[in-house]
Amino acid sequence: MVEFLLEHLSGWLPAWLAWLASPLSYLLVALFHAGLLNVLVAAGALVFIWLERKVAGRIQDRLGPTRVGGKYGWLQTLADGLKLITKEDLMPRGADALLFKLAPYISFAASFAAFIALPFADGWVAVHLDVAVFFILAVLGLEVFGVILAGYASASKWALFGAMREAAQVVSYEVPLGLCVVVPVMIAGSMDLVQIGRMQSGWFTSWLLFHDPFTFVIFWVYFTCGLASVNRAPFDLAEAESELVAGFHTEYSGLRWSIFFMAEYGSMLMVSCLATILFLGAWNGPIPVASLLGLTADNGPLAAYFGNFLGMLNFLFKAFMGVALMMWVRWTLPRLRIDQVMKICLKYCTPIAAVMFLGAMCWSYLLPGGLGLSRPYAEYYADPRYAPPPAVFQPADSATVAAPAAENRDPSAVAAIDLEQGL
Amino acid sequence: MSGINWHTFFFLWFALSAGGFAVAVVLSGNIVRMALYLILSLGSTAGLFFLAGADFLGAMQLMIYVGGTLVLLVFGVMLTAQGPFVHMRTSGGDWILASLVSGGLLAVLMPAAFSVPSWNEADWGAGHAVAETTSAPFRTIADSQTAAESASADDATGDVTPAGPPLARPTATRLGMSLVGVRVDKLDDQPQRLKAGLSGYLLPFEVVSVHLLVVLVGAAYLARAKRRQGGT
Repeated sequence: MVEFLLEHLSGWLPAWLAWLASPLSYLLVALFHAGLLNVLVAAGALVFIWLERKVAGRIQDRLGPTRVGGKYGWLQTLADGLKLITKEDLMPRGADALLFKLAPYISFAASFAAFIALPFADGWVAVHLDVAVFFILAVLGLEVFGVILAGYASASKWALFGAMREAAQVVSYEVPLGLCVVVPVMIAGSMDLVQIGRMQSGWFTSWLLFHDPFTFVIFWVYFTCGLASVNRAPFDLAEAESELVAGFHTEYSGLRWSIFFMAEYGSMLMVSCLATILFLGAWNGPIPVASLLGLTADNGPLAAYFGNFLGMLNFLFKAFMGVALMMWVRWTLPRLRIDQVMKICLKYCTPIAAVMFLGAMCWSYLLPGGLGLSRPYAEYYADPRYAPPPAVFQPADSATVAAPAAENRDPSAVAAIDLEQGL
Repeated sequence: MSGINWHTFFFLWFALSAGGFAVAVVLSGNIVRMALYLILSLGSTAGLFFLAGADFLGAMQLMIYVGGTLVLLVFGVMLTAQGPFVHMRTSGGDWILASLVSGGLLAVLMPAAFSVPSWNEADWGAGHAVAETTSAPFRTIADSQTAAESASADDATGDVTPAGPPLARPTATRLGMSLVGVRVDKLDDQPQRLKAGLSGYLLPFEVVSVHLLVVLVGAAYLARAKRRQGGT
């Protein structure tokens, strides 16, 4: 996408501006991508905080915010933001100032960086990675550093307890989460999220959720582990306000505190997006509206663009529904104790995920065509458009790359090698 | 070729931060800050891997090294939770021993780095005509990898369907193939003595897998509740 934008930017801009921007165009395009993703995370947080209040209100038989910004209190989050900005920026006297200030940004950076490899529609991805699933899991695991550093640097026992709980929880839940993610990767035969999304094109029957009974079960295990890995209730022991005041962010106030919340909502969205791509058909809806309307690449680039746009809306809708489900769970279930959290991870989630992994493996070996409802994935790989590129890496022109090295080689050394080969 | 070579820029950026934070680990006295600097240094190394186009290696670096430092950080926090912000004092003997070991390692690594032929001959800094012709292919490869978009995918699909969907550069495929026993990068090698490398890394991979299984069983055994002893 970077190269695509580079081409189009140079076409759109006036010549003098393009000349001025040419050394910086790479940076500009990179910043454009980062800016778009940042807007998504920030605007997502704004919407989610409002939604959280409304959902909580409805579940508790209240109305939630109603005043700010019209009937439904749309602008409640903005009012919250204004309030947070005007708050005093406190830091405990005994705190480790550097770490205390750094911790929220580490959390947010980790939560935000994972979006770099996330596709929003077919090919609409900032960096198209071959190992996107693995990259996202690796980066999401880094968010816990911010929480631990915050808990340590606050010089408060409440914060420290919260941070230690968080560390134990995240380290434990990475195991079942990884096992759950491996199943769709194994069925699709690719760690590339764009490929996994393309394979589920068509009606909802080709979603990986409905591929076999095992993937259906493992989706719910993934969702549970995802809840735990982003510290949402009922797994929010790190900020158990009934015991630990506010957990790891006890000493934080104002804008720094809100950055922790942006990170949390960013991770929720990320986990939900990943669930959407891995199990819920990514940008392919329950009904393939885009292809029914003829908005595919066969009818020209403009049609493909609108098809992709519909796909992106579909993808975001499903991801937002996942976040709403997380809120529903939060306001319905009570918080677990730490031993219950560990029990769910080690006694239930991990064994279930392992057994389902074996089951899905046997299923895709014995019934590669599934139940006949969906398109077999072998057929996908037979399609010449989607055939995986050759595994052997070929430089642009192997002769020109290899030649200088051969010319500059010491002749005596070459002779020695030839001699050795002759022997 | 006017303008900034962003590949070089980011290489210097990541290399400097990797080295700088590594020095900061040594100079810092607070164990939690040490862990943070270590994380930043290892993360910069992962950035170098991503820059070189080794996405899988970079993600692995983040997952294993940076994620593994998490445990170190937790222990650091638990050890220093007694008094606020305990500082570690390193004795003179430790300094001498550590500098001996690290100096020896540096002495081994520096000649190894300078003996890589393709790094030696390409004069990156100066604009000599000879050096320019030599380094140009390398620079095009570097630039194409900086863009992080697959030139190879365009080559593969460009002729068949011009508007074909973009495909990611296969960075993990060769690694996976070599772990199950096929070195796809050596298939075209002519000399017979290199054919031995074609067996790939199947045996080391299996040995490591069994080793990890043993470690898992051992950890489960150690962590198991010992009910027979606990009479109370």
